[in-house]
Amino acid sequence: MPPGPAGPGGHPQGARREASSIESLLASKEIVIACGSGGVGKTTTAAAAAVMAAVRHGGKVLVVTVDPAKRLAGALGLSGFGNEERRVPPAAFDAAGVTPRGELWAAMLDTKKSWDDLVRRHAPDHQTEARILENPLYQNIAGKFVQSHDYIAMERLYELHTSGAYDLIVVDTPPTRNAVDFLEAPQRMAEFFSSRLLRLLIVPYRSRLVNMASRPFYQIADRILGSQFLADVAEFFILFQTMYDGFVQRAGAVERLLHASRTTFVVVSTLEAAPAREAEYFIKVLGDKGFSLGALVLNKTLPPYLLDEAAGRRAQRLCSSAADLAGRAGGGGEAGGGGEAGGGDLAASVGSDPAVLERVLAEVGENFRNFMVVAQREAAQRSQLASAPEVVATVPEFEQDIFDLRGLVRLGERIWN
Amino acid sequence: MGTADLLDRRLIFVTGKGGVGKTTVAAALALLAARRGRRTLVCEVDAKGNMADFFETAPTAFVEREIQPQLWAMSMDTEASLRQYLALQLKLPLVARVGPLARMFDFVATAAPGVKEIVTVGKLCWEVKEAHYDCVVVDAAASGHVVSQLASPQAINALVQVGLVRQQTGWMLDILGDPATTGLVIVSTPEEMPVSESIELRDRVATETTVDLAAVVVNRVLPELFGRSEEEVFDRLEQPEAVAALDAALGGPVRPLLDAAHLMVTMRRTRTGHLERLRAAIDDSVPMLYVPYLFSRTHGLRSTGQVADALSAELGY
Repeated sequence: MPPGPAGPGGHPQGARREASSIESLLASKEIVIACGSGGVGKTTTAAAAAVMAAVRHGGKVLVVTVDPAKRLAGALGLSGFGNEERRVPPAAFDAAGVTPRGELWAAMLDTKKSWDDLVRRHAPDHQTEARILENPLYQNIAGKFVQSHDYIAMERLYELHTSGAYDLIVVDTPPTRNAVDFLEAPQRMAEFFSSRLLRLLIVPYRSRLVNMASRPFYQIADRILGSQFLADVAEFFILFQTMYDGFVQRAGAVERLLHASRTTFVVVSTLEAAPAREAEYFIKVLGDKGFSLGALVLNKTLPPYLLDEAAGRRAQRLCSSAADLAGRAGGGGEAGGGGEAGGGDLAASVGSDPAVLERVLAEVGENFRNFMVVAQREAAQRSQLASAPEVVATVPEFEQDIFDLRGLVRLGERIWN
Repeated sequence: MGTADLLDRRLIFVTGKGGVGKTTVAAALALLAARRGRRTLVCEVDAKGNMADFFETAPTAFVEREIQPQLWAMSMDTEASLRQYLALQLKLPLVARVGPLARMFDFVATAAPGVKEIVTVGKLCWEVKEAHYDCVVVDAAASGHVVSQLASPQAINALVQVGLVRQQTGWMLDILGDPATTGLVIVSTPEEMPVSESIELRDRVATETTVDLAAVVVNRVLPELFGRSEEEVFDRLEQPEAVAALDAALGGPVRPLLDAAHLMVTMRRTRTGHLERLRAAIDDSVPMLYVPYLFSRTHGLRSTGQVADALSAELGY
């Protein structure tokens, strides 16, 4: 465990850091949670990490994804399957040319079905269970409740972990407006169902004896939302309260699991401004709240040669002397610099119309200079991620999309370090 | 009516998968509308957004502020919107002291789908109804959530049978469902997931909402470096004699320059496939507007202006 170059930007109280590479992180943890803002390659990264763990470490590895691209889901053998875990067929690994030491399993998170399972588990009797499942408000909430996706993802993780069936579970987190929302979801869920406001809302429908002080409150609420709607809401919550104890206990257990030392977080980002800012914020929150920050994965980075300033000067020279080099000297205005190569030679050796060659050379130079601007912007962004954990994996922008196990292995090898 | 001029519409919702540049496009459309002399309001629905960065101005608030000539900016705050609504629409007494009511509302709204959304959409529709602005551009929720915003009047109608909120949905539906007034802009990039999500969103918007798809903006389109004959020449530059000649002429290896060109060509080729999938899926009557990848240092007013210029050219202004 190296001390790590936290330096002046590091956390004073600090997230716990325990591994020196993603390889050792995946070997020492039971739960790895990938988080970051949308569009940074979180799902693919989680899948690649799980694939590598199954291939190199062995054991039973499960990857839980939320909304995988169709082709990626296909690669994991997930198409058409619901909430249940499925083993990725060994034949898929054969086709990718690797022999895994362990087993890879995959599951997709079905929010609605997971909620139904939760209700079945906690409802005191079948009648209550049926009434909750049929309540129109419940059906809306299970599908659309802003925090329900966050909560149920963590709940399902708990369920899978306590089943004891897996050595390692890698989870991809749902796309949330705020990447840290799901960390607080169990606690907020518990607070929600034990809220004073909830009791306030339910009281008048349990007993029509509303005291004089709060009557205007209900009158206004009725006027705006309609008493029938409020009654529907109240009925739902009265039913839900029968599950209260089990639910709150469960939320507490889920929260403890997220904080446990067997759990770690991997922050995924690109070096675009907005996701990088989000990643920075996320790293800070993990530290402040005492979660384990395992690693930072920077996806879609440009190759380092684009930062080579000498190459940048050559690119500029290529632009300004394209006409010379293409054997179209006399066009005037070119900075001398390419003269010694003898322009016409190049045109002759590639057998090209000098005008076409000139355009190609100028484009090549211009393209490098364009890329360089972006590469420099990314480098600056990266140095701003001062509070990054010591395990940082940098993954290049792949020329092709990743849509099969072979691609995941290729990505995984880059992450592995 | 997909061909109605985009900026003639008075309420434009801009959405897309996270990370595709939704806010950039919303900011640029608003800037373009304002430049064309329309009194414009740009509203970011996500309170933690960074719209202000795109105009290099102080953070936006619920009360709108003029940030450019003819351009006002605000950010949505559902509680403030509810207060305004109670005061203006319902003429409720004691509005200043609705603390418990607002808290209760917030609580119900957390659980009851559509309630928070209708307060958001209601405020925007109201700005249109009252004709405070010629054009309202909304940096709406990302594609996962935007449908529940746009369909919130229907959701409320289904859940709430009576009451003042229910009575308010009619005029909102009139505004949202009129393609001459309201349009949705889906922003995508030519990559696998954004394209798939855009196509799914198009379907959901058509079946679950009354809002017209006004345009699809394809952001970050990479440049085509070479035409066909140029590509052949570029391939021949890989020959050892050519490389040696270039190394000598440039006073150092040309290899990184050639590699960078290869990288661009292959990246563009992969993306072209996704772009074609998107184009094939979108109805011909819906304009597709292409915004080039910006090789710029930072995001700010300058790059917002460049995107606005690109959109302006695409719209034929």
